Amino acid sequence: MSDTDPKDLAAYAEAADAWFRENVVADPGFMLPLTFMEVGTDQQFHFLQDWQHKVWEAGYLGAAWPKAYGGRGLSQAFQNAATRAMRRHNGPIMLNAIGINWTGPLLLDIGSEAHKLKYLKGIVSAEDIWCQGFSEPENGSDLGNAQTRAVRDGDDYVLNGSKIWTTLGRYAKYMILLCRTDPSAARKYDGLSFILTPMTVPGVRTVPIRKLTGEHGFTQTFFTDARAPADGLMGKEGEGWKVAMRTLEYERGARGGQAGGYVSVPSDAWDVLELARRMQRGGAPALADPVLRDQMVDFMIEIQSLSLCRDRLAIPALNTDRPMGLPLSSKLMSTEFGRRVNAFAVSLTGARGGYYVGDGNAVDDGVWTRAYLNAFSATIGGGTSQIQHNIIGEHVLGLPKS
Amino acid sequence: MQELGRIGFNEAQGDLLDVATVFCREQSPIARVRALIDSETGHEPAVWSQIAELGWLGVAIPEAFGGVGLSLTEVVPLVEQMGRNLLSTPFVSTTLAAQAILAGGTEAQQQAWLPKLATGAAGTLALVEASGDWDLTHVDCTAQDAGGGRLALAGQKLLVSDAATAAVIVVSLRFEGRPALALVEPGDLPIGALRRETIIDETRRAYAVDLTGATIGREALMDPERAADALAHIHLAANLLAAAEMCGGTQAVIDYTLDYARTRKQFGQLIGAYQAVKHPLVEAYVRYEQARSHLYAAAHSFAEQGTGEIATRMAKAIADQVFSYASDRAIQFHGGFGFTYDCDAQLYRRRAIWHASQYGDAGYHKKKLADLLL
Repeated sequence: MSDTDPKDLAAYAEAADAWFRENVVADPGFMLPLTFMEVGTDQQFHFLQDWQHKVWEAGYLGAAWPKAYGGRGLSQAFQNAATRAMRRHNGPIMLNAIGINWTGPLLLDIGSEAHKLKYLKGIVSAEDIWCQGFSEPENGSDLGNAQTRAVRDGDDYVLNGSKIWTTLGRYAKYMILLCRTDPSAARKYDGLSFILTPMTVPGVRTVPIRKLTGEHGFTQTFFTDARAPADGLMGKEGEGWKVAMRTLEYERGARGGQAGGYVSVPSDAWDVLELARRMQRGGAPALADPVLRDQMVDFMIEIQSLSLCRDRLAIPALNTDRPMGLPLSSKLMSTEFGRRVNAFAVSLTGARGGYYVGDGNAVDDGVWTRAYLNAFSATIGGGTSQIQHNIIGEHVLGLPKS
Repeated sequence: MQELGRIGFNEAQGDLLDVATVFCREQSPIARVRALIDSETGHEPAVWSQIAELGWLGVAIPEAFGGVGLSLTEVVPLVEQMGRNLLSTPFVSTTLAAQAILAGGTEAQQQAWLPKLATGAAGTLALVEASGDWDLTHVDCTAQDAGGGRLALAGQKLLVSDAATAAVIVVSLRFEGRPALALVEPGDLPIGALRRETIIDETRRAYAVDLTGATIGREALMDPERAADALAHIHLAANLLAAAEMCGGTQAVIDYTLDYARTRKQFGQLIGAYQAVKHPLVEAYVRYEQARSHLYAAAHSFAEQGTGEIATRMAKAIADQVFSYASDRAIQFHGGFGFTYDCDAQLYRRRAIWHASQYGDAGYHKKKLADLLL
């Protein structure tokens, strides 16, 4: 298959469409998580691990990664077509998010040949689950202040400290770890290093964290004299902050190289609209209520804003005044929208908004309330909305540091 | 799933945006904006002539009538930059008058007026009446057969932009029980028919036009079969261009406030470092970027049946919300200075109020959108 022939691309897209139509399981018999951060049970985990493996095997994940590293060596257009087909048929999410969206592109960009050969195939096939160790119990928003220690000892780093909000922590084989190699550095950022760390070695212990939803989704990870091979160092010692910031750019989509697919199902005003038609107010559809209609329209305008702003990124002439404005605002825009639209959905369910997941009378099995509570993982994780305001204010609008 | 409109941007828009960005900035420094507040017409004739020479008045007029043959899609970047620099001229009034004649004028009217409007004659629209109703089909002014091929007009039109400069006014009238449109020239009006109004946005000019006593020839009536469509088109076109002017204004008022937040110190600290100031400014900015995305989606989809209306109403609704918010916060964040006439924040806040008041505010368009989408 040539990767420039549009006929090949069309054939590939068609095959992908047929494959997803055939292979997406609409109802596995239990509730699937909406994002990779919400995987709470072994059942969900194994289902999604098998699913990602299957998609990869079929050639619809990592299609644009080199063949030597588990990819198909095609151009990005092929992967994009596969991802669109996945979306079209409401395929479940890709599980190994930290691997395919963060670590993978990072290794492709700045990893050694040995790194690529060792890690990439396991990432894209979902055999090796990856997690991320940035936040610490005492340093949530202030990542640059990370205190987990790494001390060089022969061919290893010896790790001590603790990371928190480790998504998929108890399933992960590897972690991308931001740790302190030089506590005496003049600037706190200069004492940090970025290390690919094994999770299945002595001295690494994960403790599940129970989320506000009542589910287990994240872990806290404790390092007690755990040994990580020094060849897992990315960049040089002291360059950890730079590497971590680069990694966040992959997360935000500001840099390419991701394996494809999607790792969360975005909140959609259209689903909420459909809910508003089903729910009742005064014996009529809730959607007949003028106040609810007005609120619903606000959400429709807003979801359209998100979509238009995404598309506008591809039009440089409309981004000349503040080129980083839209890229740096997108996280704030979309996560706050998700939180509010789900809260609105809960209110639409009337008295049944009092139910929760597990009760047979909960509207849509309680998915709206759970989605609302889970939405905070996005408005808090990856830099809280309040920190996002500071970032935009300082880096886009040029306001002085707070 | 309803199509809500897509964003797009063509080469002509890009060229016009580049030229307009520089022209409007150079021709409309804030000192000149303020000086023009005290002038009679509110605009500088020399600038108006240059706009005509640049061909901007003909952008959305077909080549057959002496125009450039593009569309409102390409007018949007021009108006956006005018709004950004508070550059007031009869450009929008004239463009809308031409749109009205294109949408509902007879062939003879199009032949007679479009070439003039494309090259520097000003036009305007007289649609609003004492009811203040945004529904343009609610018309109380009347035209009645006066014999001899003449129609007698009665009633008063309000908030007619740039009426004193206009060579032609597109007037809505009730005729034979239905809304109709007619072209009225200054000579058709009795002496003293125009009264300059005191309006909230002092950079603009608006007039009450008393039609009572005026007569026009029957040939001044626009095509009665197309009157309803023409009114609908005018409504959307006016909102599209308002959204453009508002987006430009929002960008400017945010920049103006940022300048202050970066230089003004209180309690030993630049006020922009306080999160109570910083975060609302970011809120305004993020909403502004969303509004601008909606604007260029509306510009791109404007001609599409159905989608154009949805995209345009969304653009006006969000532009109203963010221009109001950003200009309101601009006054507040300038503190005591913000309460003075010398602070430019009031210019933008007044303009936001003006735009909300004309052709429907956010709430009005959201109601329409609810009926279209839900």
